[in-house]
Amino acid sequence: MTSTNTVMPMAQPVSSFKMIRTVAGVSIMSGFMILAVVKATEARIENNKRVALADAVMAVLPDADTNKTFEVTGDGFRLVDTPVPGADRVYAGYDAEGRFVGAAFEAAAQGYQDVVRTLFGYSPERDCIIGFKVLESKETPGLGDRIGKDAEFLANFDGLDVALGADQTALAHAIAFVKRGEKTNPWEIDGITGATISSRAVAKMANERSQQVVPFIKRHLDQLKEGT
Amino acid sequence: MTPQDGTFQRKAEPPVDAFLKGLWEENPVFVMLLGMCPVLAVSNTVVNALSMGMAATFVLVMSCALVSVLRKYIPKQVRIVTFIVIIATFVTIVDLVIQAISLEIYNALGAFIALIVVNCIILGRAEAYASKNDPMRAILDAFGMGIGFTIALVCLGGVREFLGFGTLFGVRVTPEAFEPWAIMILPPGGFITLGGWLLFFNWIKERKGRAAQGEAA
Amino acid sequence: MTTESLTNIFLNACLINNFVLSLFLGICPFLGVSAKIQTATRMGMAVIFVMLVSSTCAFGINKILIRFDAEYLRLICYIAVIASAVQLVEMFIKKMSPGLFRALGIFLPLITTNCAILGLALFQTQKGYNFIQCIAYAFGAGCGFTLALTIMAGLREALDLSDVPSVVKGTALTLILAGILSLAFMGFAGLGG
Repeated sequence: MTSTNTVMPMAQPVSSFKMIRTVAGVSIMSGFMILAVVKATEARIENNKRVALADAVMAVLPDADTNKTFEVTGDGFRLVDTPVPGADRVYAGYDAEGRFVGAAFEAAAQGYQDVVRTLFGYSPERDCIIGFKVLESKETPGLGDRIGKDAEFLANFDGLDVALGADQTALAHAIAFVKRGEKTNPWEIDGITGATISSRAVAKMANERSQQVVPFIKRHLDQLKEGT
Repeated sequence: MTPQDGTFQRKAEPPVDAFLKGLWEENPVFVMLLGMCPVLAVSNTVVNALSMGMAATFVLVMSCALVSVLRKYIPKQVRIVTFIVIIATFVTIVDLVIQAISLEIYNALGAFIALIVVNCIILGRAEAYASKNDPMRAILDAFGMGIGFTIALVCLGGVREFLGFGTLFGVRVTPEAFEPWAIMILPPGGFITLGGWLLFFNWIKERKGRAAQGEAA
Repeated sequence: MTTESLTNIFLNACLINNFVLSLFLGICPFLGVSAKIQTATRMGMAVIFVMLVSSTCAFGINKILIRFDAEYLRLICYIAVIASAVQLVEMFIKKMSPGLFRALGIFLPLITTNCAILGLALFQTQKGYNFIQCIAYAFGAGCGFTLALTIMAGLREALDLSDVPSVVKGTALTLILAGILSLAFMGFAGLGG
């Protein structure tokens, strides 16, 4: 640290008034500056988030042109305006004519390094997952992060069976994780050699979240179709 | 020039020096060993390193400017609190501006934008220099320190991205046969790269020292 | 709110994503205070305490800010709370144990600029933990910090007695050591899975 070359005179007692005046004054000034910038950037930030969300939803619902965000509530879906992602959100995708093409939902689970957040695209018509995208991951580059890049792994999610059982409250077959090359059923996910923990985490979150959300979507499908 | 408040002040250094010393002689990272946390964390690619450097420089320059302008009105007892409020304000502003410009960069830098607040460089400069010098010098000093900080960040970012991804600025610059060292992108790589740079600078200093001794002998 | 178990959160913060060796938080005190084992452990204890206090306050403040839709004030409020918490801890230690106070010296006020504390507050907000999870997280982070500091102090004390090339002496050596330690801690990954 640089040494000071000043010689201080005998310290005069500083009045409390001066101290309070300074801190209060600076705080008020700060408040104003922050508010000004918040107002100036609000619109752009919202827009950026909207675009990012739309991009993600389009990636997992290939036929979708527009999307609407719904919040899961006790007795159905509630349309929300803000493009804030969240665990309890379901994003409905609609094509150019406004027809419902599918729903996207988020899932998360502890991977190798930290929590991995993903987005799954679901088609109620085909009863399967049709898209998958990694939203947030801190997995090891070159190893764990192959869950977002490995073509064979990604192929798992192009028609992953999530049909409901007879009672419509759970999946007929739970999504299961198998080793690479051992996949025999459409509800299995075969993992990546060398990235077992990361790919197993994806399988786990796919199963858990689907069990929760798919029956719910099927029950309130009309709400999503109408878009209200 | 006799200051009114009875303090003695050394002659203020030439403005150019105020700027230049932050780049090399008193480089905040390599010499003063301040502000290490973000240097290690966001230096895994050159783009991230540059973005962080620019954000921190902005906060540094604006905060030091404001502190210097207000320096006569800030009582000694509340100076740290005041500095921190000022710095936190500009960090919040930079945080919002980066979100507005590019959500991608914002996510890449993550919490470390907010952590610029506790970057010891900023508080250190505000306390040691900006609060005791006129605005022009304070701004030049802050600018110099900020650029020095950015240089350090880019030095690390360059090495880590080159060895860890085989790219620079996202563009592949190594031959296909080169297998990137993933470890460079991960935390150990950060520590070892910074240690490596310090080792390098120590070596240069020693060589200079020996050369000077050789000349004097 | 996540469904992570408390043990998971604790292990995550302490070992798998160690604040110093994985997340690069708290490097300044890590480099500055890790010369002697005793100072290191004491600094660690102080940090654990400050982390617990700050974590609680940050949780409360966040709830209030969300209610008033003023989330852009989060940073300023957090840093204000941390500065006050450190001041409180300083007064507390001064009263309870003057010896400890003198031993810690300048490092106590430096905890204010310790990015680990602010980082803790920011991360727990980002992860959306509830109160108990926040406490587990703060405790884990503090323990991880203390662990990293103590191990480094032990290593440096041993190295003091060894023959080290002059080029590498000082911070360069500490950083390379930290890199190897960080490498070792990477072995904890997957512990929670």
